[in-house]
Order: sequence, then C-alpha cells, then structure tokens
Amino acid sequence: MNLRNTLAGALMAALGLASAADARDLTIVSWGGAYQDAQREVYFRPFQQQTGIRVLEESWDGGIGVLRAKMQSGSNNWDLVQVESEELLLGCEEGLFEKLDFSRFGGRDHFLPAAVHDCGVGTILYNFVLAWDRDKYQGTPTWQDFFAPDRIPGKRGLRRGVKTALEFALLGDGVPREDVYKLLATDAGVDRAFRVLDRIKPHIVWWQASAQAPQILGSGEVLMTSAPNGRITTANRTEQRNFGIQWQGSLFTIDSWVIMKGSPNLDPAYKFLAFAADPRVQARLLPLIPYGGPARGANEGLTPELLAVSPTNPANLEVSLQIDDQFWLDNLDKLNTRFNAWLAR
Amino acid sequence: MWAAFLVAPLLLFLLFSFAAPIARMLWRGIEDTEVGPVLPRTIAALADWDGRELPPEAAFAALVEDLRAGRTAGTLGVAAGRLNHDVAGFRTLLVATGRRVAGPFEGSAKDAVLRADPAWGQVESWGAIVRARGPLTDFFVLNALDLRRDAAGGIGQLPPDSRIFRIVFLRTFWIAGLTTVIALVLAYPLAALLAQLSARAAGLMMIAVLLPLWTGLMVRTAAWMALLAREGVVNSALVGVGIFDEPQTLLFNRFAVLVAMVHILLPFMVLPLYAVMRQIPPSLWRASESLGAGFVPSFLRVWLPQTMPGIGAGCLMVFIQALGFYITPALLGGGNDQLLSYFIGFYANQTVNWGLASALALLLLVSTLMIVGLYGKLVGFSAVRTT
Repeated sequence: MNLRNTLAGALMAALGLASAADARDLTIVSWGGAYQDAQREVYFRPFQQQTGIRVLEESWDGGIGVLRAKMQSGSNNWDLVQVESEELLLGCEEGLFEKLDFSRFGGRDHFLPAAVHDCGVGTILYNFVLAWDRDKYQGTPTWQDFFAPDRIPGKRGLRRGVKTALEFALLGDGVPREDVYKLLATDAGVDRAFRVLDRIKPHIVWWQASAQAPQILGSGEVLMTSAPNGRITTANRTEQRNFGIQWQGSLFTIDSWVIMKGSPNLDPAYKFLAFAADPRVQARLLPLIPYGGPARGANEGLTPELLAVSPTNPANLEVSLQIDDQFWLDNLDKLNTRFNAWLAR
Repeated sequence: MWAAFLVAPLLLFLLFSFAAPIARMLWRGIEDTEVGPVLPRTIAALADWDGRELPPEAAFAALVEDLRAGRTAGTLGVAAGRLNHDVAGFRTLLVATGRRVAGPFEGSAKDAVLRADPAWGQVESWGAIVRARGPLTDFFVLNALDLRRDAAGGIGQLPPDSRIFRIVFLRTFWIAGLTTVIALVLAYPLAALLAQLSARAAGLMMIAVLLPLWTGLMVRTAAWMALLAREGVVNSALVGVGIFDEPQTLLFNRFAVLVAMVHILLPFMVLPLYAVMRQIPPSLWRASESLGAGFVPSFLRVWLPQTMPGIGAGCLMVFIQALGFYITPALLGGGNDQLLSYFIGFYANQTVNWGLASALALLLLVSTLMIVGLYGKLVGFSAVRTT
C-alpha cells in the first residue's frame, strides 16, 4: 500500500467512513446505450427484484488502460465489468481480474467452451457476417462469391482495417475455417490473403463505423458487405429492410463479465453471474437486441425468426470461426502497417 | 498594462486547455518510459552491448530477474505492449517467457531463456529492448518517416511493405494543395462579383456564402453522402437527363473528398478575397482602361497585384485547415484517400500506439509551421489582410 492510500485509509477510518465505503452497492459496468438499456430490462432489474441486491450501473467505452488506471490508483469502485475479448486476455495476464470460481454459477460445462475463461465468463456472442440486400440479389452469396467479382458483378463493402479482412480473404479462397489462423501465422499465408484482396480491390467500398455497413447496403452503394450481425438484424427490424445474413464463414467474438481484483462485493457479484447464467434469462435479450447468449440452452424454445438471427443458434455457430485475439494482439501493429501500405498502392 | 490583466483569463484558459495538453501529447512522440521501469536490470546489462552478437549471460540473468519482478508487480503488460509496436509478437514473447522462467530452473539463465522461447536467440529481440530503453527516443519519429534503427544503432529504411507514412504525407499535402487551388479558382470570380455589387445585394450574397459556414461540418459531410450516393440526388439527375446510362460511383473516392472539402472551405477563401477587393477603388480599373490597357493587361497589372494579400491569406487559411481534415475523408473517401489525421487517430485509438500518433502529429505540426514560415519569408505577414 503506498503512502497516499495509507493516508486516505487513515482519513476514512478517522471519519468512520471505512465501513460505509466497503459496503458500496454492487457496481456493474457495461457499454451503455441501447445495449445497456436492454441489459437493464433483462438482467439488472429482474436481478434486483429477485434477490433484493441493489445494483449500481455505470458505463464505459472499453480500453485496458482504463482498467489499469483504476487498479493502480487504488480506488477501484467497479465490481463486475463487461469487457471485450482482448481486454479479457490482457487484464487476466496482468492480474487485474479475479480468477472465477465457475462452481458458484453452474460450472464450466454450463456454457459454450468459447465463453469460458479463467478470468471471465461470456455474456454475449456476436458475429461479423456477410450481408446482402435480398431485393437486389436473390441468391445466397458465400465468401467465395464475395471475392469473385466476375461471378457476381457489383461493389463489395469491407471494414477498413486489417482485422477480419484477412480472415475473410482466406475463407473466400477456400481455406477451411480451422486452418485460417494457422495460415495467417506464416508469411506465405499473409501474402496469399493479400493476393485474394487484390482480386477485388477496385470493387471495394471501405466502411469504418459499424452503422455505415447497413447504410451502404441500403443505399445500393454495395451489393454485399461484411457487417456486424446486430446492425443487419436491427435494420431489418426497424427500417423494414430485406437484408440477408450468411452465417457460413462468419467471424465471432465474445464479450465477457469479469470481476475486478479485490472487489469487496464478491458474493453479490457471483449471485449476479448465477442469475445471468440462466439460459431462460439470456434468451430474453435476443428479441431486444440480436446478440447471442452463451449459456447452453439459451436458444431452446426460440421462434424460428429469432433462431435465424441468433449467433449462438448451434446451426449458426457451427459454421462460424472465433476471432483469434492472441494472434491479433501480437500481429495487429505489423499487419496493419502492411495493410495501409497495400491500400496506398 | 490593464489590458494584460483583462486578457489574463483567456491566456490562462488557452494555456491549460490548449497549449499544455498539446505540448504533453507531442512530448510523447519523443519520450519512451514504458519499458525502462519494467526491465531496468536488462537495460543496464545491455548498456555496453554492441548489437552485433547475442548479449552476454549477465543480460539473460538480468532479464529473468526483471521478468519475475514484473510478473509479480503486474507491470509486464505495459512493457510488452510497447515492445510489440516495434517487433510483432513481442507481447506474447515477453509475457510467455515471464511465465516460463517464473519458477526455478537448471543450468544457466541463457539456456533457460532460450528454452522458454528461441526468439531470444535473435539479435533483433534484444535490439528492440535497447531501442525502448528511454527516457528519450527517436524510434517513433523515425517510424513516422518509414525509418528505423537496427540493433547496432544504424538508421535504415523499413522494408517496402511497411513503408506508408511518406506516401501519406505527400498525399495529405497534395489533397490540401488541390483543395486550395480549386477553392481559389472558384472563389476569385465570386469575390470579384461581390465586390462590384451594391452593399445591399452584396450583403444578401454574403449570407449565401456564410450560411454553409454556420452549418456543422458533420452535417455538410453527411449531406454530401446523401447527394453523391449511388441512388442519390446527383446520380438520378445525371441519369435522368441522359448524361449517363447508369449511376456512377461518386462516393468513397478522391472526387467526393475534394468536392466536400472545397465546399466546406470555400468561405475561408471568399472572405479575405472579398475584403481586399472591396478596398480597391473602381476608378483604378477605369483609369487603366482609359490609358489604353485592354482587359487582360488591366487585370494582370492593376487588379491582380492589389488582390495578392487576399489570395495569400485565403490560400494560407484553406491550405492549413485542409491539412488537418479528418472526418470528411474518413466518411467520403476510399482506402487511398485518408489523410495524416486519420492515421494519428488510428494509432491513438486502435493500437494505442500513442508514441507513433504523437510523432506523426509532431511532424505535421512542424511541416505546417515551416509552410507558414516560408509564406512569411516569401510574402510577408504584413501583406496578409483579411479585413
């Protein structure tokens, strides 16, 4: 404990506040916006009603630096935090999170294997999919079609960034899902991915913000595009679009709950994880916002319409590939430079 | 004397909200303090290393000690992130090696470290640590110029598929220059026309010029997206009157970027030109013509020289603003139309490589100041008139 903490602790004790500080409400931190509104409806409010444990909500924009600063300042006031897969890896390595005791909320087998990590448990699973406008193209395109502009003429949308572009390129070149990252770990594999991207370079429209993907698709700027599945389903629901989703060869990633190291609210936090692990509870998120619950059975009893857009529907999940965060943590700097050099040529 | 007190709040505000944060940010482009505190023994052991062959056993032993200490303190992640900006895969190398040498081992530290990961047998792995020893560094500035030091300290080019920033610098200046020239060509006749009109008519036209200036940058950019889209207004008009058979690609390319940038920056060209032209007495032109000069000589020798201060001021304002454009190229441009500010944003937000982001910002600032300085030398600031 450093001097400042010691002084602060002494001051708090002197004022008789120490116990009050320890007894703060369970603080849950998520992404804010429409997503957190849905979470409140599905998780936070029912949890409070059922257990009588008060929940204090906060939101954040992600970034391992934020979590580091919280822990280093010694005044961390967050208990449960929703993190992206990359922050989960880094924070667990650096000891920012508690190691989870899965036996307290159903055990490891209660969840999809990809959603289980020493420091975190999956909360939602979502995909980058191939999407197209059914009003303009009646077939069901694949990534092979995407990278063959001679076969299906028309512009293609891709996220301006090397992550996901290289994976899609290899899938479009006929590489089986399980070999994609093995190949990308070699120079020859990266060369091959860039050669595939070369094939459609003049036909690509690059999007940057997720909201642009359904927009360029709807405006007819592109015939098909890579897109976050949530944006496509939401556009279909709220703007009466007729966009199709190709789950085959989509890339998925998982956001997880973590408990911040040294949290004084371990017990209520585990109670929340147990509540949130209930597949029947998780299934209620899908009608509000199309992210998949990673507990086994979260897709049972869903209507066919919901099953079709659920990322954790086994039929959709089996044909997807998980984004390899370890690979990207190591290689993003280098490959991104190469990607930008390729764009500039 | 009293005036100084009156502007003091403004000066303080600028200092704390503007100058100080920018200076701090730019400083990050030349400081390097993330690895030093985590690997102090290793860096000390490498002090006399010439960077040609593998360092001595003492350096390996120091690395083991540093890794153990860093693992306990939880500081390895920060150092690993910084080293990964230099050598891809260093993050995993450092963290995994730390895990593997955490417990006791048989034999020398060198053998143990090489067993943990053979990458430590490469000179460049150690070169990356030396480059990151801090507290000051030229690593980021060199990187921003597509250069790097090898382990022995010599400066060389980055491999061809990693060179990007010199192209981006040229592209940024080229697009800013094009924008300036187009804006000048469009604004000059408009300003001249405004200067001839009666005060009332000029006032009305002026509102038309200023109106876009009062509209948000984002709004104007978004409007261009709607106008230039494949099923947008411009395309349906062009197809409707039969100029094209099918919609053209007007969006997500250099054309869209230039159109929007010129539109957004046009008022900054019109205003100084108009201000200067209003002050040229109309009688001068008449005098020139009555003395026998035709239109072209009158324009070139009487009118144009007197508008030079306005041209200078307008070009300077438009060019410098164009250099810093971010959101318009990001939303309207293609992969090949992104300006330097896009890359600054990318490295600050996506890869959290603040050193490189700061070095790029530093170079942009320095080159902008050089242009302003050059302008001052060639034209002189006393000639800049905006009112």
